[in-house]
Amino acid sequence: MFEEFKNLWRRFYNWTVGNGPRPENEVIPPEPPPDLPFTRRLELKRSRFQERPLASRYNEWLERKSLHVFSMLYLGMSILTCLLFMALLLSTVAELPSFGDANNPVNNEVIKRYIERGGQETGAQNIVAGMILDYRAFDTFGESAVLFTAAISVLMLLGAVRRADTEEISIDLNNASDGILRRGPPSLNLKITTGFTPRIHMFRKNDAILRGVAVLSIPAIILLGLTVIINGHLSPGGGFSGGAILSVALMLCANAYGFEQVHAFFDEHVFIRFSSLALMIYAVLKGWSFFSGANHIESGIPTGTIGEILSGGLILPLNICVGLIVAGTLYGFYALFSEGEI
Amino acid sequence: MIIIEWILLIFLIVCAIAVSISRSLLNSVIIFMSYSLVMAVIWILLQSPDLAITEAAVGAGVTSTLFYLALKRIGRQHEAAKDKSDSKN
Repeated sequence: MFEEFKNLWRRFYNWTVGNGPRPENEVIPPEPPPDLPFTRRLELKRSRFQERPLASRYNEWLERKSLHVFSMLYLGMSILTCLLFMALLLSTVAELPSFGDANNPVNNEVIKRYIERGGQETGAQNIVAGMILDYRAFDTFGESAVLFTAAISVLMLLGAVRRADTEEISIDLNNASDGILRRGPPSLNLKITTGFTPRIHMFRKNDAILRGVAVLSIPAIILLGLTVIINGHLSPGGGFSGGAILSVALMLCANAYGFEQVHAFFDEHVFIRFSSLALMIYAVLKGWSFFSGANHIESGIPTGTIGEILSGGLILPLNICVGLIVAGTLYGFYALFSEGEI
Repeated sequence: MIIIEWILLIFLIVCAIAVSISRSLLNSVIIFMSYSLVMAVIWILLQSPDLAITEAAVGAGVTSTLFYLALKRIGRQHEAAKDKSDSKN
């Protein structure tokens, strides 16, 4: 038990120092021979002190001991920092009001209004959807914009790497330096790819089990995702989670049948067009809603009867927009990291 | 019900520690996935099904897939480095 604990501690120590996990059959070096007696060591030390200048002794210390001292200092500081953060966070938790108390500061007139008049004002049966896509729709717009920006940045970065890596080098075989005339094509164009290799098929082709599972589950996953998106104002869920489910279906399709199959209907241009269009629709619709609300104009958006599929005002189209962006972005990340392109 | 909650919470803590000290990266990813799954169940027990759906879809689904992808790429780079050193020798 003690040995196991010791082993665990050593692994933890190595991890903090950055040496990585040790191999299983580690050979522990034998102990160094016992030191010289104390008096002799003292003499040596004194003679060293008398003979050598400070700079050379400092250099020697740097070479021999500094790494060890630094690693010990590093370990101590990291443990200290962790303990400090733990103490800070725990003290904050102790200050928090108790869970579910009626007198908590979160239970104010805002939440009362949301619960009492949310359905009437937003037309959404799911109060959470009414909050995030009607009362607080501006936040959700920011989230979608952040996701879209992240995807575009990754596309630009990895696309730039791909373009820089593929260079065309032409070799003219007839004018080779040794002067011997060769037969064959007069010149040869070679495409040399260095470093980052974009087009590698990571899936095993014709994997029967994966394809069988994919055939059965992809329609179900897509159906679930669409249900979660379209029923966002009636039941739990919404654009973000539904979009994530749709992107998982796309990933499964790409893994089972190859990226070419997904390319047939979803490539870089489709992704950029759909995402930009969805963001713009979101901005225009919600911008009108905010503009009319701030100026006390009738926005003219019907809320419908609570519980029907065509109700909730703008929530349904906004959910669809967010779902499109999220599905495209998450699948885009997957395709970019595995293939180098969407 | 409170007992189930306690069991799930203890499982969460065990998962969080096991992720950081498990030897194989693949094991870490799988444990992380189960962490998200248990977290989704806890969200349902805390009566927030919206968060539960998002946690299950993003935490257990998309994040784990991206982690597997990263592991695959790391593995291939390791193999390439190994081949290189082998051919040198």
